[in-house]
Amino acid sequence: MMPRPLLAVEDLQIHYATRDGTVRAVDGATFAVPEGRIVGLVGESGCGKTTAVRAIMGVLAENGRRAGGRVCFRDRPIDAGSTRALLWREIAYVPQSAMSSLDPVYTVGAQIEEVLRKRGGASRAAAKARAAELFELVGLSDRRLVDYPHQFSGGMRQRAAIAMALALEPSLLLADEPVTALDVIVQRQILDMLRTLQQRLKLSMVMVTHDISVVAYLCDEVVVMYAGQVVESGPVREVLGRPRHPYTMGLRNAFPDLLSDAMALVPIHGGPPDLRETLTGCRFAPRCPFVQPACTAGALAADVTDDHLTTCRRSAEADTLRTAALDPGTWQRV
Amino acid sequence: MSALVELRDVVKHFPVSRSLGEIVRGRHPAVRALDGVSLEIGASDAVAVVGESGCGKTTLGRLMLKLTEPSAGAITFDGTALGGLSGASLRAFRRQAQLVFQNPFDALNPRFTIYRAVAEPLLNAGIPRAEHADRVAQAFRRVHLPDLERYLDRYPHQLSGGQLQRVVLARALVLAPRFLVADEPVSMLDVSVRAGILALLREVRDDMGLTAVYISHDLALVRYLCERTVVMYLGTMVEDGPTAEIVRNPRHPYTRALVAAVPVPDADQARAPLPIAGNVPDAREPPSGCRFRDRCPHAFARCAEEAPALRETADGHRVACHLDN
Repeated sequence: MMPRPLLAVEDLQIHYATRDGTVRAVDGATFAVPEGRIVGLVGESGCGKTTAVRAIMGVLAENGRRAGGRVCFRDRPIDAGSTRALLWREIAYVPQSAMSSLDPVYTVGAQIEEVLRKRGGASRAAAKARAAELFELVGLSDRRLVDYPHQFSGGMRQRAAIAMALALEPSLLLADEPVTALDVIVQRQILDMLRTLQQRLKLSMVMVTHDISVVAYLCDEVVVMYAGQVVESGPVREVLGRPRHPYTMGLRNAFPDLLSDAMALVPIHGGPPDLRETLTGCRFAPRCPFVQPACTAGALAADVTDDHLTTCRRSAEADTLRTAALDPGTWQRV
Repeated sequence: MSALVELRDVVKHFPVSRSLGEIVRGRHPAVRALDGVSLEIGASDAVAVVGESGCGKTTLGRLMLKLTEPSAGAITFDGTALGGLSGASLRAFRRQAQLVFQNPFDALNPRFTIYRAVAEPLLNAGIPRAEHADRVAQAFRRVHLPDLERYLDRYPHQLSGGQLQRVVLARALVLAPRFLVADEPVSMLDVSVRAGILALLREVRDDMGLTAVYISHDLALVRYLCERTVVMYLGTMVEDGPTAEIVRNPRHPYTRALVAAVPVPDADQARAPLPIAGNVPDAREPPSGCRFRDRCPHAFARCAEEAPALRETADGHRVACHLDN
């Protein structure tokens, strides 16, 4: 049985107004973050994963707006205004590059203390003590609180950004590519730390990433996005082990795997569609080796079997398609 | 087989600004980016250089292309010392050795058309203009952008990342070089596109008989490109051998940690815990002896006293570790 969702996103639509027309960056995304789980939001550039997270936090770019759908936190609908009150205390954010969230002219300690005092109403002394506690929590020495961001290595800055996000004990952490720019050993150290923190503090987490191996290592659930929509979601082992959408199958083939015997990676030909255009049917159809005439017509219907969702019309044949997808020749015929 | 590129005890130090105390004490601090690297690369070989940020892999690539000069040691290309090249001999070398940049989005001048970007090396090399169009067309065919009329008058921002990386590669190949250094050639690309570029790099190398060095932080990726891998740590080579051996049977404790840390896209694979802790030390003051010793779970007294030399442990497999003697 799935724990009840802390965060539920229903049919979310985010539009950006640009000179060349409206970009439907997120076009009907539905997913949930169960309490105490780590959910990976995975997809390639432009699939809408970062936009979705920014919309949840109510910090869309100026030309972006929520054109439809609902976001519920603890069963209560939230919008840009009401999210503001939840930021830091309930929902906190960890960016990809901690350099952009840390101000270069203040010490790291001063910035964490400011969050504690301004947002949390802590006294100067209490903030100082709590900042030291937070540093210890993320594996940094409290002597480093007096240092400036540029004196930290990339991994240490990411730890500091996580410490800051945890300052007011949020229940949900939204992390956007938090380990992408890091070296593998540092990356592993941060992922291990996130897992430990999640268990100790009973956090729920959304991990936005393009890296399915990071999802495989850290996440409990995964939501796969393509061209602004969710194409597959469910428990990580299910979705990565027995993918039911051809896009996920293709991603698995294209992803380098240190331990596999295969000596070649298989690309997915073509590119994602232009999100300014009106699109019907499955958006992956032009790149899909298993496409049928019916795929490009009409709206998508989600098929859910044992918590494993997919929008592929041929999901009933998933086992057969999966076997065919392992053959590199399948992907050349498109 | 004779080596096309050869490095002998190559050292590269970058001086850093001195504090007052260092000036008073007459010290000259430097980032020791490379400290004594010796390496031979055979003609038509493909070698991966892997390691974390600051290990010296990019500096190594730049030295092999004479984009920077070594502080000590010698580098030769096809038997000729790079240090002595100038004028016509340097231009001849530049035609034969090319760099593929990491980020295709920055590698091309946004104000140049694609044609001009790819033809520019021809102009610099003094190739007659009458030959340019043919050579550019040939380079485009090599990188599988056959309908070149579609691209030539366009500007970089009108192309996708995958197309741009093909253009960057076409530019590197337009002079038909013998030696290619690619610094993280696919790290900025999406996964579904990346696989196509990797296949292309392999194909181009085989077709043209290129000698290639691929610099990457990603051990999982270079496995698909190179038969041989060199692992670097803090300015030194710690291991050098067949890629399959390095991945399946790493000998150096650092390589073992690196292999253990690489995530795999399979949730059913249990991953071993990371065998090392801590961070890469400051390259201005690396540890004495073996540079990995303060993070190494097996370090003993000798490791602090003496830097381990690279020694052959098996055919074509070299390791710099005191445990391996």
